[in-house]
Amino acid sequence: MRLPCPYCGLRDSHEFSYLGDAAPQRPDPAAADAAEAFHDYVYLRDNPAGTLRELWYHGAGCRRWVIVERDTRTHAIAGATFAAGERP
Amino acid sequence: MSRYSVFSLLANALTGQTRWQPAWRDAAPKPRYDVIIVGGGGHGLATAYYLAKEHGIRNVAVLEKGYIGSGNAGRNTTIIRSNYLLPGNEPFYEWSMKLWEGLEQDLNYNAMVSQRGVLNLYHSDAQRDAYARRGNAMRLSGADSELLDEAGVRAHAPFLNFDNARFPIKGGLLQRRGGTARHDAVVWGYARAADQLGVDIVQNCEVTGFLRENGAVVGVETTRGPIHAGKVGLAVAGSTSRLTRLLDLRMPIESHVLTAFVSEGLKPLVPGVVTFGMGHFYISQSDKGGLVFGGDIDGYNSYAQRGNLPVVEDVCEAGMALMPQIGRLRMLRSWGGIMDMSMDGSPIIDVGPLPGLYLNCGWNYGGFKATPASGWCFAWTLAKDAPHALNAAYRLDRFRTGHIIDEKGVGPQPNLH
Repeated sequence: MRLPCPYCGLRDSHEFSYLGDAAPQRPDPAAADAAEAFHDYVYLRDNPAGTLRELWYHGAGCRRWVIVERDTRTHAIAGATFAAGERP
Repeated sequence: MSRYSVFSLLANALTGQTRWQPAWRDAAPKPRYDVIIVGGGGHGLATAYYLAKEHGIRNVAVLEKGYIGSGNAGRNTTIIRSNYLLPGNEPFYEWSMKLWEGLEQDLNYNAMVSQRGVLNLYHSDAQRDAYARRGNAMRLSGADSELLDEAGVRAHAPFLNFDNARFPIKGGLLQRRGGTARHDAVVWGYARAADQLGVDIVQNCEVTGFLRENGAVVGVETTRGPIHAGKVGLAVAGSTSRLTRLLDLRMPIESHVLTAFVSEGLKPLVPGVVTFGMGHFYISQSDKGGLVFGGDIDGYNSYAQRGNLPVVEDVCEAGMALMPQIGRLRMLRSWGGIMDMSMDGSPIIDVGPLPGLYLNCGWNYGGFKATPASGWCFAWTLAKDAPHALNAAYRLDRFRTGHIIDEKGVGPQPNLH
């Protein structure tokens, strides 16, 4: 499998480290429902059989975090963007 | 249906092997059951068998979307062992080991359980200490363990590469009661035994939805029509999230692919199972002679029942470090299974989270060895609406309460377990 790094181009997946689903966002620890929100954030996943937006770190390349959109059934890749622009 | 024995063998030999009967009925689904088990793998069939045998609940159906044993039950490396460390795990896996030891007599089926030992190699002082601790924890739970030094390993497995300068073999933790079993025979044995007790095994019947009443689960929608049930148990491994999504439930599970490999057949070489301590690699030899081996999962979410090439390379590198002589073997086949990787690396056998629903999932890549105890404990949980002491720690809400069972200590990162 090769991933289209927005900076380096099409590169072997060997060069990347995987984090997982890009959807979970760190909740506000001061919020009233923080315990429940952190349980969701840390442990619960949609785990779709289909399109997944996921975080990869290009450690052996540009060393940037990349969000790759991939089909988990076929590994067909729809696209990739830098994570920095998308996440607060 | 007849019992298998030396007499049935002889009788059938004399009649030209023409009078064997199918080992289980090809049941059509009835409109209603007391219990429906979704998933006709080892765990699902074992659950149905123990429900009927231990709890007298015989109006049970096992629903399988393909043919039984076509999922992870047919896609593993057939290793059985109980060499865990943590209190939540070790008594459960040791109970599984004990059930393996009596399985064939219990089921009247040859599951080819072969207790030729599981040897975990250590390569450093720190690793020896960790294995000594694990071996002691195993003994505390009634399992057997032996800490071998280098001479002990040389006596047990003289073919290993002891001259490896980078990863010298210093010894190993040996569980002599561990070994392998024939994966298909386990599925077929449980299916036959459950069928004889009245369980309906319904194949080519995919669950497409759930029947709900006042929030409770009261049955399933399938490709062969709706089926009502008093209780619905899920034992669907890597497809767990796909089914719970239909109930708007999110699970502490990611699905990952794990690849296993088999080489061409050769004369007896590897006794039992040997695992490499400086990389993830485990190898055994099948009764047919092929070396069966595997390593890590691919490391990213996957529902494809096939792995990618980087893991092939990684596994073969570890194998070559351990046994350079296998470099001249040809690989015959590889196969991938979809693992339900949980957030702490340990399984879930629990009541709920909805009324009428019961969960058996999160087996990571350790599900095969757990088959008997998983079925036994899940049957108990279904029958009594409460977990047995052996699976009391495998609660779904342990992630909320913080009582996680992280055997490897890597945190909530499923691709690292």
